[in-house]
Amino acid sequence: MPVVLEHLGKRFGAGAPVLDDVNATIGQGEFVALLGASGCGKSTLLNIMAGLEAPTSGALEVPSDGAAFMFQDAALFPWLTARENIELALKLRGVGKSDRRVRAGELLDLVHLGGAGDKRPHELSGGMRQRVSLARSLAQDRQLLLMDEPFAALDAITRDLLHDELERIWKETGRTIVFVTHNVREAVRLGQRVLLLSSRPGRVVREWHVSEEHRTDAGLAGQLTGEITTRLREEIRRHAK
Amino acid sequence: MPSNQLPVAEAPAEARKVHAALTRSSTGKEDLRELEAGLDSLQSDSIRKVRIDWSRILLPVAALAVLIILWQLYVSLGFKRRDVVPGPLDVIGQVGILWGEGKLQEAVWTSLQRGVVGFLISVVIATPVGLVLAQVAPLRRAFGPLISGLQVLPSVAWVPAAILWFGITDATVYFVVFMGAIPSIINGLISGVDQIPPQYRSVGKVLGASRLQLALQIILPAALPGYLGGLKQGWAFSWRSLMAAEIIAVGGTIGFGLGSMLDQGRVLSDMTIVMSAILLILAVGILIELLVFAPVEKRLLRRRGLLAGSTR
Repeated sequence: MPVVLEHLGKRFGAGAPVLDDVNATIGQGEFVALLGASGCGKSTLLNIMAGLEAPTSGALEVPSDGAAFMFQDAALFPWLTARENIELALKLRGVGKSDRRVRAGELLDLVHLGGAGDKRPHELSGGMRQRVSLARSLAQDRQLLLMDEPFAALDAITRDLLHDELERIWKETGRTIVFVTHNVREAVRLGQRVLLLSSRPGRVVREWHVSEEHRTDAGLAGQLTGEITTRLREEIRRHAK
Repeated sequence: MPSNQLPVAEAPAEARKVHAALTRSSTGKEDLRELEAGLDSLQSDSIRKVRIDWSRILLPVAALAVLIILWQLYVSLGFKRRDVVPGPLDVIGQVGILWGEGKLQEAVWTSLQRGVVGFLISVVIATPVGLVLAQVAPLRRAFGPLISGLQVLPSVAWVPAAILWFGITDATVYFVVFMGAIPSIINGLISGVDQIPPQYRSVGKVLGASRLQLALQIILPAALPGYLGGLKQGWAFSWRSLMAAEIIAVGGTIGFGLGSMLDQGRVLSDMTIVMSAILLILAVGILIELLVFAPVEKRLLRRRGLLAGSTR
C-alpha cells in the first residue's frame, strides 16, 4: 500500500480545521480521483501527501522516496526550454549528464512532444505546457504521482485529449496517481475510484468505484456522474444556512 | 497493475462523440498522437521573421542631429562669449587636439579600465551577499535597511574618508566605486528574488532540490531580470562615483582619467576641454548601455517571452 491516511487533520493557526479525520488507503498502481467543492482542502491534502505541509494530527504513510507533483499551472521555468525543464528534474535527482539527455528525449516522446523540445514555455500552448509538466513529473521517477487540478485551466477540446493521454501514460508507466479535481465528469472519466471530500472541514464522505464499462459506455458513465453530482450538491447545500 | 489493453473501438462512434468528456474520446495511440499534433499546430504561433528596424537607428541619430543644430544656432545668436559657451565645432576641434596629443585615449582607457574592473569586483562581492540576504530572513531584517540606506548615500561622500585612509592612490578610486556599486547590485538582486512566483520554490522542493541547488539553479536564474536591473544601476553608480573620485582626487599616483581631464579644463578655464570631457563621459555611458546591457537584456526578456508589446 503506497499511501495510507489515518485520522489526518490539519488546521492553520487557531482557525477552524481545514481537514478533519481523513481516512483513505490507496493501492499500488491505482488511479484515485479526489473530488470536492472549492474550499474542501483538496489541495492542502495533496500538499501534505507531497510533504510540502505537515499535518496537525493523525498519521500518514507515503513512499519513503516521496512523491512527484504536478501543479494546476504548468509551473515550467521560463528561462529553460521544454527539454531543459525535464533535464533539470533529472539533474536534481542525480542522473548523469548523458543519461539526462536520452531520458528527456524519451519522456518528450512519451507525451508526443518530440519535436518541441527546444521551444521555450511561452512558445507552447497551454496543453503543450501541461504535457511538458507531466513529462517533468514523470522524470522524477516516483511511484506516486500527485496531480492538483492539472487540466482545470485548459479548453475543453485539449482537456478531453489530455484525459486520453494521461490514461495511456498511466497504463504504460504503472504509476499510482492521486488526481485532485472539482470536475465530476473528469473524476469519473479518469479515476478507478472517486473519493468525495466534504467541505469545511474536509473529510472523505463517500467513495465510488468506476469500472471498465464506465470507460466505454457513455450511458453508464452519465448515470454515475449524475449520482455523484447529486451527492456533491447535498454536501454544498449543507453550507447554505 | 492496470495493464489490460481494451478494445476501445467497440463503443459506438455516435455515443463517443456526444459524451466525449465522459468516455475515451480517441481511438488509440496513433490517433491520439495525430490529434495532439493537429491541436499543437493550431494553438502555436507561427515563427515571425526578425528584420532590422531602421527606425531604431535613424530616430536616435535624428534626435542627436536636432540637438546639435539647436546648440549651434544658440551659439551663433551670440548671447554669450564664445569662450564661455563654445559651439559644437569648437568642441569637436578640441576633441581632435586631445586625440592628437594622445590625452583622450589615455583618459578614456584609464577611466574605462578602472570602471570595469571596479564594477566586476563589485559584482563578485555583491552577488553572494545579495543571495544570502535574500534567502535568510533574519540577516535580511538586520542588514536590509542599512543596504537600502547605503544606496541612497551618494558615494562621493566617501571620497574625503578614502583620501584620508588610502591617500591619493588607485585604492581611493576603487573604494569609492565599490561603495557606489555594491549596494545597488545587492538591492537589485534582492528585489529580483522578491518577485519570483512562490510556486517556483514549491516546484524546486518537489523536484528534490537542496538549499544550495535551490539558490543556484532556481532562485538565481528566476531573479535574473531584477538582478540585471541591479547590475545596470550598479554600473551607472560605479561610473558616476568614479568620475566624482577622479575630479576630487587629482595628482599622487592616480593616473589621468576623464574626471581628471574635466578638472584640468576647469583649472585652465578652458570650456572646450570641459565640454569635451563631459561629452566623452556621456558617450562612454551610452556605448556601454547600447553594446553591453541592451543586447543582454533584450535577449533575456525575449527568451522568457516578456518582450511582446513593449516599446523597446
